[in-house]
Amino acid sequence: MHLKYESTLREPLVDGVKDYHQVTEDIISPIEGKPGKLWYVGFFISLTLLGFGAFSVFWQIYFGVGVWNLNKTIGWGWDITNFVWWVGIGHAGTLISAILLLFRQGWRTGVNRAAEAMTIFAVMCAGQFPIIHMGRVWMAFFILPYPNTRGPVWVNFNSPLLWDVFAISTYFTVSLLFWYSGLLPDFATVRDRAKTKLRKLLYGVAAFGWTGSTKHWQRHEALSLVLAGLSTPLVLSVHTIVSFDFATSVIPGWHTTIFPPYFVAGAIFSGFAMVQTLLIITRKILHLEEYITLGHMEAMNKVIVLTGSVVGCAYLTELFMAWYGANPYEFATFFKYRAAGPLGWSYWIMMTCNVITPQVFWFRKMRRNIAVTFAMSIVVNIGMWFERFVIICTSLYRDYLPSSWSYYRPSWPEVGFYMGTFGLFFTCYFLFAKYFPVIAVAEIKSILKTSGENFKEKMEVYEEESAEKFAHDVAHAH
Amino acid sequence: MAVKKFVVGLFDDEAVLFPAVKKVRTAGYKLHDVYTPFPVHGLDHAMGLRETSLHTAGFIYGITGTTTALSFMSWVFNVDWPLNIGGKPHFPLPAFIPITFELTVLFAAVGMVMTFCYLCQLMPGVKKHIFHPRQTDDKFVMVIELTEKTNAEEVKSFLTAAGAHDINEQKAEAGWWFGRYDKDDEPYLRKIQTANA
Repeated sequence: MHLKYESTLREPLVDGVKDYHQVTEDIISPIEGKPGKLWYVGFFISLTLLGFGAFSVFWQIYFGVGVWNLNKTIGWGWDITNFVWWVGIGHAGTLISAILLLFRQGWRTGVNRAAEAMTIFAVMCAGQFPIIHMGRVWMAFFILPYPNTRGPVWVNFNSPLLWDVFAISTYFTVSLLFWYSGLLPDFATVRDRAKTKLRKLLYGVAAFGWTGSTKHWQRHEALSLVLAGLSTPLVLSVHTIVSFDFATSVIPGWHTTIFPPYFVAGAIFSGFAMVQTLLIITRKILHLEEYITLGHMEAMNKVIVLTGSVVGCAYLTELFMAWYGANPYEFATFFKYRAAGPLGWSYWIMMTCNVITPQVFWFRKMRRNIAVTFAMSIVVNIGMWFERFVIICTSLYRDYLPSSWSYYRPSWPEVGFYMGTFGLFFTCYFLFAKYFPVIAVAEIKSILKTSGENFKEKMEVYEEESAEKFAHDVAHAH
Repeated sequence: MAVKKFVVGLFDDEAVLFPAVKKVRTAGYKLHDVYTPFPVHGLDHAMGLRETSLHTAGFIYGITGTTTALSFMSWVFNVDWPLNIGGKPHFPLPAFIPITFELTVLFAAVGMVMTFCYLCQLMPGVKKHIFHPRQTDDKFVMVIELTEKTNAEEVKSFLTAAGAHDINEQKAEAGWWFGRYDKDDEPYLRKIQTANA
């Protein structure tokens, strides 16, 4: 009998026979070359969108919030929908970088850098919506508790909207620090192999003088672990607090205790979908198929089907409670104006995209199919956008006073603003993909020995031996 | 810090590096540092470095955040400007929890990263001597400091025996200085020349 060292359950995290230098070459060389044609096309489309968004925002600030189609009944429309949607997208990045680090999931190393970048860009987009919605944006600093000459009158620390200010700004800061501390060693790698003076200068500044000293690595590991430990409850708290914006109010359809877990699951669901969208394109364009493998996509699709089902359960629980709770207003909101009524179509788009279609991922073949994954990642994000739209607008448009019932469709500056955040997001992402190491080079190297093809080859020596001899050697190893 | 003399050896594999570190320590040479392209687990213990206390610092920053948030919000609501908000209590602890938690995390994270940068002397504009350009790529670079008692040739042959290659002698500033990576540093070079003379 001979041994076969191959786990049938776990496939290698990095495909192909690689040594450390090859890893550096594969990931850093796209930074050193000229970007391809597709990069320029994508970048300029993003810039155009960003420009259009800037114009829409200018229009709104110049003429006032009245250019949006919000009215007295529907005070929150596309703006808050988009805010919640973008914040939710950010959550997958932190989940991958923090929670999977604590769970020692090796596969996170292939995708964490890009996912964290996505988090930061998504939160940048999200933060603009509440601020622009304030109307007089030049007074946005009023939301900060600073000593002022009006008393001083402080902000209301009991208000969930203020909790949001703290949650989103903390989330952005901590994500940025976590991301950048991970980037330092990789910037040093780019710096030390740079051929041009400009690159040496810029990456030299960006790397903060990192050398790779053992003591520094020891501290770096400690820092990453504690930041992961801090980010884990943070990521759960952020969307919990976002859900409090609704749950602490008394509007039927918003006033439910199920919101925090339901929002967090939805956030992870949409975030992983966005990670898939971005990484499928990134791996193709930068030729990183050996680092972001089908195994990575399968793992993320499993998370998508899990969180999608959690969200599905939440939808059904809400419906059940609306009936079982015997509150006529709550019942009317859910059964007359949400699942039916003039905005009922949005509810069914949400249900189809979030609950029904992701069930294809129960099948391994589908989880490992790139085209299906890409299509599903878009479908899920459409569904999750509609979830927020449904929660916000279908609860508001039929309020307690039938004379003020209303309908809502966005005006062009609202749509333009949303397009503009897409422009911002993708402009940032394109710059990131060109100038930053999109995969954590140092982290990939640290898992290479235990999970690459090289490791399997080394095991061939043992596979030649008889099982008895191997058992004997292991038992008597020192 | 000062300009010192070093013997530098390169290793390709951590399996060779670990016994070499052990040998250097038993031989009594002054191990300046080992530079690695990624965190090699257990190398800090092999080199006899003590555990980092960064976690403790993080905890202290965290509780500073907790106390700051709680005491500030209570002061505002009870002392500085007591305001009746819908008849709610002036010390609504449950409503203070979200902001308290966020500030705890914020203080801990920002404090730890700043402490990390301070301890490792990391900052934009900081420059340090790179003993080998591939120490951030794929080589494990062992640097032994030459004191008055150590013989350079002896260290070199010792490193060869331990499995190192590309062994060379370097004179370098052991600390950090402000400089640009695209330029040779004039004052720093002068310092080395005076050390040579």
